Amino acid sequence: MKAAVLVFPGSNCDRDLAVAFRNAGAEVTMVWHKDDALPAGVDVVGIPGGFSFGDYLRCGAIAARSPITRAVIEHTHRGGYALGICNGFQVLTETGILPGALMRNAGLKFVCKPVDLTVETADSAFTAGYTGGQRITIPIAHHDGNYVADADLVARLRAEGRVAFTYCDNPNGSVADIAGILSENRRVLGLMPHPERAAEPAHGGTDGAALFRSLVGALALA
Amino acid sequence: MKARVHVMLKDGVLDPQGQAVAHALGTLGFQGVGEVRQGKVIDLDLAATDRATAEAQVREMCEKLLANTVIERYDIEIG
Repeated sequence: MKAAVLVFPGSNCDRDLAVAFRNAGAEVTMVWHKDDALPAGVDVVGIPGGFSFGDYLRCGAIAARSPITRAVIEHTHRGGYALGICNGFQVLTETGILPGALMRNAGLKFVCKPVDLTVETADSAFTAGYTGGQRITIPIAHHDGNYVADADLVARLRAEGRVAFTYCDNPNGSVADIAGILSENRRVLGLMPHPERAAEPAHGGTDGAALFRSLVGALALA
Repeated sequence: MKARVHVMLKDGVLDPQGQAVAHALGTLGFQGVGEVRQGKVIDLDLAATDRATAEAQVREMCEKLLANTVIERYDIEIG
């Protein structure tokens, strides 16, 4: 199972994400933003957290127009998997691969702490290692994680079971407590919390490990 | 040609930064300030020499990059 982790100027969770993928059994290649193609045979693209391009213009806006991101868009159109964490989620909404947008936290503060999440669906390669309704603890660290979507979109995401995770105690003003969402084909996940920062005992929690295990396991079988 | 783009959050999209500015103005003693909304101004220097071309170019730039039309609207001034 092959994973590619994108690296933009200002990415700072790229290595952590690579470690989480590797520990789950994936073969990982780091891919620089100026490359215009993904390595051959990549199953999943990881878009890491950080501050790509210094968050200039809008978080994720410049990264979403990078050469490598065009290749990621084509990869997802072909049915490829992608996982965007934090800034990676912002990049995915900026490309339009995932709907909605992420705005400044309602409390205006950068929030950095472990939070409790509810796993809203176990029906995806990302969440199959959890049970629906399970409560997990994963760290967040963001200034712009306030998920915005109109009422129709929220209703559609809920009806289609595409809300992957919700916050138990909303830290940023996100509509409907949404912390992470899936694409229509359930092969792209964007979430603000950092599962790669809760993936081994030294992190202080391991609730994020199941995400990588189930994703890598599902794709290794495919 | 010079162009100026104003990017603002769409009506109905909550603007926490604007609210914080409104609150701070109240703290400073400014009376009668209603809603405050914060946006961006982007100035562009363009090679295009006619208005219509410049406006069409800038509109495309807004749609593709300068504004996130999910939450933002934009106005273009040319010249």
